[in-house]
Amino acid sequence: MNFAFTEEQDQLRDAVRRFMETKSDEKEVRRLMETAEGYDPELWAQMANELGLQSLHIPEAYGGQGFTFIELGIVLEEMGRALLCSPYFSTVGLATNAILNAGTEEQKSALLPGIAAGETIAALAFTEPNGRWDASGITMEAKGSGDAVTLDGTKMYVIDGHIANTIVVVARQAGSSGEDGIGFYVVDGDAAGLTRTALTTMDQTRKQAKLEFAGVKATSLGDSDTGWTALSKTLDQAAVCLANEMVGGAQKVLEMSVEYAKVRVQFGRPIGSFQAIKHKCADMLLEVESAKSAAYYAAWAAAEDNDELPVVASLAKAYCSDAYFHATAENIQIHGGIGFTWEHPAHLYFKRAKSSEILLGDATYHRELLAQRIGI
Amino acid sequence: MDFIDSPTEAAFRTEIKDWLNENLKGDFAELGGRGGPADEHGWDIRIEWEKLLGKDRWLGLTWPVEYGGRNASFSEQIIFSEEYALANAPARVSFFGEGLFAPTLLAYGTDEQKRRFLPKIQSVEELWCQGYSEPDAGSDLANVKTKGALDGDQWVVNGQKVWTTLAHRAQWCFCITRTDPDSQGHQGLSYLLIPMDQPGVEVRPLVQMTGTAEFNEVFFADARTDATNVLGAVGDGWKVAMATLGFERGTAFLSQQLAFARELEEIIALAQANEVAADPVIRQELADSYVGVQIMKYNGLRMLTSLVKSGVLGPEASIGKLYWSNWHRTLGERAMRVMGSAATLIEPTKGDGPSIGQESGPRAYDLNELQRIFMFSRSETIYAGSSEIQRNIIGERVLGLPREPK
Repeated sequence: MNFAFTEEQDQLRDAVRRFMETKSDEKEVRRLMETAEGYDPELWAQMANELGLQSLHIPEAYGGQGFTFIELGIVLEEMGRALLCSPYFSTVGLATNAILNAGTEEQKSALLPGIAAGETIAALAFTEPNGRWDASGITMEAKGSGDAVTLDGTKMYVIDGHIANTIVVVARQAGSSGEDGIGFYVVDGDAAGLTRTALTTMDQTRKQAKLEFAGVKATSLGDSDTGWTALSKTLDQAAVCLANEMVGGAQKVLEMSVEYAKVRVQFGRPIGSFQAIKHKCADMLLEVESAKSAAYYAAWAAAEDNDELPVVASLAKAYCSDAYFHATAENIQIHGGIGFTWEHPAHLYFKRAKSSEILLGDATYHRELLAQRIGI
Repeated sequence: MDFIDSPTEAAFRTEIKDWLNENLKGDFAELGGRGGPADEHGWDIRIEWEKLLGKDRWLGLTWPVEYGGRNASFSEQIIFSEEYALANAPARVSFFGEGLFAPTLLAYGTDEQKRRFLPKIQSVEELWCQGYSEPDAGSDLANVKTKGALDGDQWVVNGQKVWTTLAHRAQWCFCITRTDPDSQGHQGLSYLLIPMDQPGVEVRPLVQMTGTAEFNEVFFADARTDATNVLGAVGDGWKVAMATLGFERGTAFLSQQLAFARELEEIIALAQANEVAADPVIRQELADSYVGVQIMKYNGLRMLTSLVKSGVLGPEASIGKLYWSNWHRTLGERAMRVMGSAATLIEPTKGDGPSIGQESGPRAYDLNELQRIFMFSRSETIYAGSSEIQRNIIGERVLGLPREPK
């Protein structure tokens, strides 16, 4: 039994933290969140070339480094801490896993090396205007099979869909319902008949797009009608990734709160000496440490790809969603008026926490999923 | 990260599994794992069972071999706890002796003291209780007033302790005593070991809201103990007492997690049986309790790993007590909702007769398991350092926030 990171994993964390501190400081986050694209292409290339981040958990056979979800979790945690504006989660956390879970050998060999090299940005177009995260939310129909598929309909809330070069679309066979007939389809970002609209997001640090398909030609990724198993697994893996990302932001706002509570003086003493504030910070620590335990354990289960994954993925997503949001809300409260201003970074984390909570299904959704998965 | 047994760990797991298979029979198996370290459910059977554990050195698992232990690693302790809970073996009665006093004794005792006390803990001939709280020393524990004075080769102790769990069952008490009459606060305290069976010690049960009396008042009136029965240096008792609390707040709760998980399973089974498991709010609550009890395990495993690696308990340790006591209290409240109307009645089949502390009464106030959790858990956010004290400790010692000005 050993629940700790290895020395090499600690070194990876240090390297990514240093990189983020110089490349994604608050000024840079604010600059990028005001842009339509929402990321820096140069930084995207550096992430691939200098640190190999995009290729981390892609198997070596497809141009990757063959690390696991534990290393991926570490990287995402550091990105969450820095509020990095980047299509990393969409490309690596969502689309790459979809391709790995659903694609044929040939397709993986064709699609993954570009992602690993930082040349491809990829998105997973799953949700629709109904905003649902379960199988029944998928209504878009795919006509045809193999490399002669046509897609019509609308995908919404697609993370980084406006800048992706490759889009993995989830659609269903005509006449199917529920978990039957779900399939993955690959479309180029600039395909004919595809209209992409960048949406204005409440959390400006993570961009979303609306994708309208009008007779778009697509290729089936793997089997065109048995995709639910692969999609469900992809969503579990993505939930684990997101839980780790959220933990990074939660730890950061805890540090902000504690630092401020030590220096802000009212009634002649630091506000952190009052139990009202001290106890808030103590509760934040409890929740942040517990969120870490859940996210790290879930990353291990994803790395092992064992039977525990569905349960611990929902468990981690539910707990980390609540813990992150609570920490960012308390951070504003502890900062008082200054925490409510645009100038202070507290709102950036608060908004990221809320958008991450909702992304992939909120805590209530995952607790219900968990209840089903443990047989309640 | 690795949560899979090594070959040595797997062999250890087989050993305990086989032992439990062989020994957990009859009354022992029938009693099951109900109850906890602080209650008396099935007491006589649990004492017999504990003796069996001691005979085969499952009690004293972590002690050095020279003191009769197995020198078990943390992984082995975890495996033992897992298998023990899985087998639904009886709740342990040696918590205060094995769980709190023994680690303190091993850290601060002389060789002679270890040889005197450890074997009797292992043979379950001597149970211990914890003489800490007093009427004016609850959260402000350093305010203890119980006095100890040397009279020749004996300490003479006078004063009162309160909330002393299972004092009426104990043969010995480890007791924070003010041995320097001119001192105050943390100074001038000594950690005395006092035999309970003597004229100068009176134990009076405190009937709790549960109707049972696990907690007691202990009165010392010229109670006596040998001068050698002090752990650590005279006047250094605060440090030793805090070490004990460290064990209480740190590692000792881990095996509780598994018992808690079992309680939750029972509540889920009841929810399914009485069909409230279809209610979306109940489903949310049960799933949330499941999340909580699993994270309790993950937190514990992280804490133990960092303890093994660095020798120092990380911040995860200080959150343990706060975490589990709140989780359990919430579970009790949820259990009542799952029971529904039945929660409002004391089962009539559980025997007639007066409640403890009453000369007569219409019927025994005999709680069922879920009602017991609901009520007993109110004490858990208070004893061993209340949740508010835990938050102060976390705020000041872990996060480095300034202390309250005095």
